[in-house]
Formats: sequence, C-alpha cells, structure tokens
Amino acid sequence: MDFLNRFIKRIFRREEIHPPGSIKTAPLEPSHLEPAWDLDGQQSIVVGAAQSTGIERDHNEDTLFVLVGNSAGQEALPEFGLFLVADGMGGHRAGEIASAISVRTTAHCLTEGTILRLFENEPKEDALPIHDLIRQALEEANRSVVARVPGGGTTLTAALLISGQLTIGHVGDSRAYLIVDGKSEILTRDHSLVERLRELGQLTPEEAASHPQRNVLYRAIGQGANLEVDIISHPVPDGGYLLLCSDGLWGVVPDHEIRRIIYSSGHPQAACDELVRAANAAGGPDNITAVLVGFPPK
Amino acid sequence: MIRRTTRALDGQTERLENLQPGTTLQDRYLILGLLGSGGMSSVYKGRDLHFPNVTKLVAVKEMTNIVSDQTMYEMIVTNFEREADLLATLSHPAIPRIYDYFISKKNLYLVMEFIDGKDLEAVLQESDDFLPEEQVISWAIELCDTLTYLHNHKPEPLVFRDIKPTNIMVDHHGHIRLIDFGIARIFQPGQKGTMIGTEGYSPPEQYRGEASPAGDIYALGATLHHILTRRDPRLEPPFSFTERPIREINPNVSPELEAIINTTLDYDPKKRYPSTDALKNALLATANETGLLIKPRTAEIFVRGDEIQELWSFECEDEIRGTPIVYQGMILIGCYDHNLYALDAKTGEFMWKYATEGGITGRPAAEDGVIFIGSEDYRLHAVTARGGKLAWMYYTEGPIRSSPILSHGHIFVGSDDNHLHVINSLNGRRAWRAEAMGPIWSTPLVKDERVFFGCESGDFYCYDFRGELKWRKKIKRAVTSSPILLDGLLYFGSKDWTLYALEIENGWQVWRYRMGGPTISTPTAAEDKIFIGCGDNHIYAIHARHAREIWRYATEHQVTSSPVVYVDSIYCGSVDGGLYCLDFRTGRLRWRFRTEGPITGSPVIVDNTLFIGSNDHKVYALLT
Repeated sequence: MDFLNRFIKRIFRREEIHPPGSIKTAPLEPSHLEPAWDLDGQQSIVVGAAQSTGIERDHNEDTLFVLVGNSAGQEALPEFGLFLVADGMGGHRAGEIASAISVRTTAHCLTEGTILRLFENEPKEDALPIHDLIRQALEEANRSVVARVPGGGTTLTAALLISGQLTIGHVGDSRAYLIVDGKSEILTRDHSLVERLRELGQLTPEEAASHPQRNVLYRAIGQGANLEVDIISHPVPDGGYLLLCSDGLWGVVPDHEIRRIIYSSGHPQAACDELVRAANAAGGPDNITAVLVGFPPK
Repeated sequence: MIRRTTRALDGQTERLENLQPGTTLQDRYLILGLLGSGGMSSVYKGRDLHFPNVTKLVAVKEMTNIVSDQTMYEMIVTNFEREADLLATLSHPAIPRIYDYFISKKNLYLVMEFIDGKDLEAVLQESDDFLPEEQVISWAIELCDTLTYLHNHKPEPLVFRDIKPTNIMVDHHGHIRLIDFGIARIFQPGQKGTMIGTEGYSPPEQYRGEASPAGDIYALGATLHHILTRRDPRLEPPFSFTERPIREINPNVSPELEAIINTTLDYDPKKRYPSTDALKNALLATANETGLLIKPRTAEIFVRGDEIQELWSFECEDEIRGTPIVYQGMILIGCYDHNLYALDAKTGEFMWKYATEGGITGRPAAEDGVIFIGSEDYRLHAVTARGGKLAWMYYTEGPIRSSPILSHGHIFVGSDDNHLHVINSLNGRRAWRAEAMGPIWSTPLVKDERVFFGCESGDFYCYDFRGELKWRKKIKRAVTSSPILLDGLLYFGSKDWTLYALEIENGWQVWRYRMGGPTISTPTAAEDKIFIGCGDNHIYAIHARHAREIWRYATEHQVTSSPVVYVDSIYCGSVDGGLYCLDFRTGRLRWRFRTEGPITGSPVIVDNTLFIGSNDHKVYALLT
C-alpha cells in the first residue's frame, strides 16, 4: 500500500504548478534538475514546465497540466504522458475558470480512458480508439465550459503519449511544436481569423502580427454546441522535443529563438524557465505557458 | 455580424423543458410535436384551433427568454416585435408567411406557415450520391429570385445574412423556401467573444461587421459548393473553398457552373456578381448553353477501356481469384483450376504449370529460385522456379487461403486449421506454430521479430519469434484484410465495416474509420494516405494521421481487391469486372479497363506493366 501511495505520488507529482510570479527566471543549476531515468537501458522522457502572468496582464488565464507514467519490468505498462495547455478568455475571471475547467475535464476523461485502464488487472476489451477518446474529452470540456462559464472560452491543446505514438487534440491558437534535429514543425493549426486570412494571402505576416483582431478565434472551447476538434497522430521522434505553448510565448518569442533556447539549455526545465524569461524580457504582453517534453534517442 | 451580447451571469443557463405535445398556447395553437431546436429556440409543429373543421398546420417558433436584466429584456421584445411586423409585410412564394406572434410567460412566439418538406442538409444526408447539377441549378435560380426580392426591399434592402443548407427547405412541390428568417438577427443571446456568424458559410467581410447583399451571394455560393461536393464547410477552415475545387471532388459538375460558384466565393465582394439578378442570369446562360435544363445529362464517359493498351492476356481453366507476383521475368499466379501457372512476363507465353489438389486463392512468394504457394488441398507447396518441380510440401490440417510471407529464412502462412504456421523455407520443417481462435485468411506481416495477423474469429494477434503471444486485440468481426505498417501504426480492415489503426507495441487503437460496408481488402499507403477497398463498392483514401476521409470513389460493385500505388496513381479491381486507375491525390478516374468477370485479386505492377487476374479465367498484362 505504501508502495502504491508512493507510486501515485510519483506519477502525480508534476501536477503541482508553481503559482504565477514565483517562477524562477534565472537558469537553474543542472544538478537540481531531474535526469532521465534509465529503464533497462532505455531512457525515459524528461519534462519541463513553466508559466508566468507576464508583465502587462494582472491575472493569469492560462492553465497547464502534466502527468507522466514511467514503468519498467517484463510486463511493464506502456510509456504514458499527458500534457495540456489552455489559454482562457472572457471577462470577470471567466477566462481562467474556462481554462481550468477544460483542463480538469480533459484530464479526467483522458486518464480514465487510458492510464486508469492500464492499471486494471483484467483489462476490458472495449477501449475506445485514442482519437475518439481525445475528441470526446474535448467535447466534454466544451460542454462543461458552455454549462458553467457563460461568457468564457478557452483554447486547448492536449498531447497524449502512449507507447510510441503521440496524439494531439487541438482547438484554438495555442500550439504544439515538434522539434527534431534543429528543425521545428508546428503540428497544430491556429484557429484564429487573422491566421486564416494570412494563410489565404490576404494579410502579410507583418500585418497579421499587428492586426487588431489577431486574438479573434473562429474555433474555441466553450463557444457553442458543435465543436470541431483537430486530431493528429505522430510517431514519437527518435530524440527531439515536443513543445506545447500559449500565444504568450509563440506570439512574442520568434521560432528560431525558441529553438535556440531549447538546444542551449540542456534540460527541458531550464529551457522552459528561459523561454518564459525571454517572453517577459520582450514585454510579456500576455500570459505565458510552456511545456517541453524531451524524448531520448531510440 | 459581430455581436457581443453578455448573458447575465446570475441567470440560469440551462434550457427550459420543451413544450409537450397536447399543450395549447393562447387557447389557439395546439402543439403536436417538436420539429427541431437549436440554441435558445425550438420550432414546433402545431395546429390552429381557429379552424376546427379542417387541420390547419402551423409552425410555432418559441424563443426561450434567458435574460434576467429588465432593460435588456425590453430591448429584445421591442426588436422582436419590429422584426415580426416586418416579416408580416413580406410577400414572396419562397418566404413563409407569418400569421401571428405573442409573448407568453416571458417567452416569445412566432406563428408561421408550416412547410411540408426537408431542409437541404437533410436532402443531402439522405442521398447516397451527388445531387444532379440541373437540380442544384434550378434551386439556385429560385434562391436568387428570393434574395433579389429581399435585396430590393424598400426603404432598405433586407440582407438575409444566414444562407445555409439548414435554412433552405425543399417543399413537397420541389420548390425551395427560406426559413429561420431575420429572427436570428435579433435573438442570438450568448454570442460570446470569439464566435461569429455561422462558421463555414459566412463571407470574410462579415467578420469585419459588414452585412451586404454581396455577403448573401457568398453564402449562397458556399451552400452550392457544399451540396455539390458533399463537403461540409463547417468542418473546414473558413474561406477554404478554393482548396476544394468542385470538379476535383465531383467531376460531373460542368466547368461553367464551377466558374460561376468560384465567382460568388471571391474574397473581394466587388469581384462577385453585382447582384443576385446578375448571378441568376449567369446561371440561366450556363443552363441554356449546356442544355442542362432542357435535356437530362447523360453520364460522362471517361477514357474507354479499349484505349488502355493490353499487351497480352492468357486464359486458364477456371477463375483467377488470387494475385500474381513477378519473379525472374515470370508471372506466377494461382488459379482456382488447382494450378500454379508460370508465364513469360513480356509475352504472356505459357512456361509451366504445377498442379496442386485444391483451388488456389492466395498470392505466391518466391526466394532463391523456389516458389511457395498455399492451396485448399491443405498444403503449402515449394516448387522450383525453373520447370515447376516440387521441392517439398508442408501439411496443415485445413485449407490454406492465406498468402505465404518470407522472412528470416522462414515462411509464415495461415491455415483454416486455426494456426499460423512458421516453416523453414529450405527444408519445409515446422519451426513453430501459433494458435488462433479461427481460420486465418489474412496474410501475416513480419516486422522486427514480431508477426501480426488477423483471424476470421475477429481477433488480431501479435506473436514474437519464439511463438509467444505479445498482445491480442478483439475486433467485432472477421479480419480477412492483411495488416500494413506505417510510422509505428498497423492498418487493416474488418468485416465490421471499419478501418483500424493500432499502435504496434501494445495494440492500442489509435483511431478507426467507419466505412459503408464490410471489407476484406488490404490497405496500402502513400503520402500519409491509406487506401482501401470496401464492400460498399467504394475505394477510400483516409488520412493516416488525422483519420479523415480525403476522397472516395464509387465502382459498380464490391471492392475486395487491394489497391496498389504506382507513381501517382492507385490501381484497384472491382467485382464489377473493372480495373480502375485513379489519381491517388484526388480520387479522380484516369481510366478503367473492363474484364469479363469479377476481379477479386489485386494487381502487381513492374516496369510500367500491370498484371491482373480476373474471374473470367484470364490474366491480363496492361501498359500503364
């Protein structure tokens, strides 16, 4: 029982998020950072996360969530990770409540549908496909926000890692990047009006960056009954990183600078701290959230 | 139109209960049932009791009041009354008449003409195929007439603002009617922050708050695009119609109509038609030119089969159900006449045949001068490539319908004896065998010292090379289709109408895609697309990472054949006797070659020459 408690503490340990403002912005000593586990010759993933209200905003509407399950042994459970970033919007605390509720609901649905099933000694045969689970989780998050937070909405980018496959569910303009061999690929598509007009060549990137409606989304959690969720699967890269972030990071720190920070930091936690610091150094116009997952070489 | 109505936070947000049948409103309108609901409004079918001797049906639209702020409420009531008054003065055959309006228990009601018909979305959902172009054009012309009436309204033009398939009804005379009129404008509570208009059909300028007749033209074009392509724009990014050219999806549409719709969908309102009248004239001109409205359009004929060059054909004594291979300049193919044939690939000349004692349905395998083939005579035969002499035989306890696979000096083959047999390819001795719950017709996939195969019992297995079960996945129905591997995912179809994607390490289902019928076809992959044939007559292309349909192509009968990709085409047979060549990016037909019997096997293509067997007893060689 004691072991079980320790195990549960272990896998839920990352749920504790530093309150905004208390984030260390100076690079951490590498010795303070947790190394990858060596699991019978195979290294585990390493995760970092950081968040900041930013300079210009007085409250934080972003929410992040990280849950990692490592297992080793002859009958080991598959590698498991759940990473969520949500960026809420709406007045009167509606934004922060919307992002919190959507993250809570999504985490509940996805843990119930995946890792909690893995703990069963006699697994049931009726597991839903991962795409369906993610779609249902985000739809459930949408229903929760519509019912509980009138006037609120949120982006939500959810990455689920199970045994060699990453699957990402996405609504809004937070982003998931895959960074491999010094190159980054955006796995998600921003559901913002300005990005859409830019894709169509109706706005130049410069016009888009300064457009007054650049925060207007055409798709978000909490905006009506019918939610269309983007879902994409990707094999886990052989080395490299997955970055989830809100527009407080990607809208402020250029992509090449994000890559430079990740590769020069040496550890995902140090990289996240530095990414947040860079966004604040550039004015910190919005809440900043970053979750970085480092994958070991295969 | 951008609206930022803030809903009172302390008010209740849940919808009130719907009116029950039998309820009477104003002592006059008897509620018969719910027709539909959405947002904060519901529409009921009702009966007007002022006509006791006849059944006069009406539609009663109820808008539930959810604002608790008194000033706000009064504003809504004023707007509602003004709009109802306006609608009552309209007179056009395509616009439902307004009979009455009233307020009861703070809810607003509008009593309208009851339209016996279906909305265009329902029409689309209930049809299996594309709607005929002449039908769509005649609806479009009626819609233009209706919008022209509204846009010419005095003193101010009326803009509908929300043209979309669900707001267009087709009545039982086949004429279109516009519903959900105007009310949408004054009663859209809770449009919060980012949600603007009906995503998918709204013109770009609507996002800047402009509502003009040109916006109605855009939304009409978007609606026509949707019904001609069957691609719902609400599932696509806004203003992405040009990324889905109509004729690439539905080649039956005339280029003239496509050009007209493209004009209506121009990003710049000034480049669209100046008025719905101008649009109507363009539609009429096209219809006259192409003769669409006068004579029915005959099916377009693509390249005829005889334009595809047939190099040779060879006739066997019975049906060819299996798939050939090309080995050392020979075509090797099993036939239901019990023989394995070897033909010269260049000329089709007979070289030798080897007789088994049962029908052959599988595909041979070859290595180091030896050909391996399973037969319904329960045996796996190893035959020399030169001369077709028996090298050895391996006995199973049931007919073999699975195709042998060579890997690591072993042959992997399934049998109806419920086992997967692993046989040393040099001497024909069993290395090990794996048990399954039923006959194995699926061809195994061997990868990284694992073997994957489906079973007629509806199970899917992963064994390691020591013959130990690594994982098993229960599928609802038989898995006859053979698995393929792409980027860590296994793809295969099942008779439960589903294409599955399983993660290779533990068999986690990553996604599934439901087709219109059972499948035994084996998928193939190219450029992130998975192609598979299906018993619903279609060949499907599904995105491997998003699990979305990219296109589907209808043949005239079931597709049990497995598609093959070569350069930028896919090749697949159908039970209708045709061998189809499609552009693999769009699914458009390039050519079709007709044989005299069903094609159940799959083609093989080497050096631009395609080889295919047919149930008309023949093997064909075609120049691609």
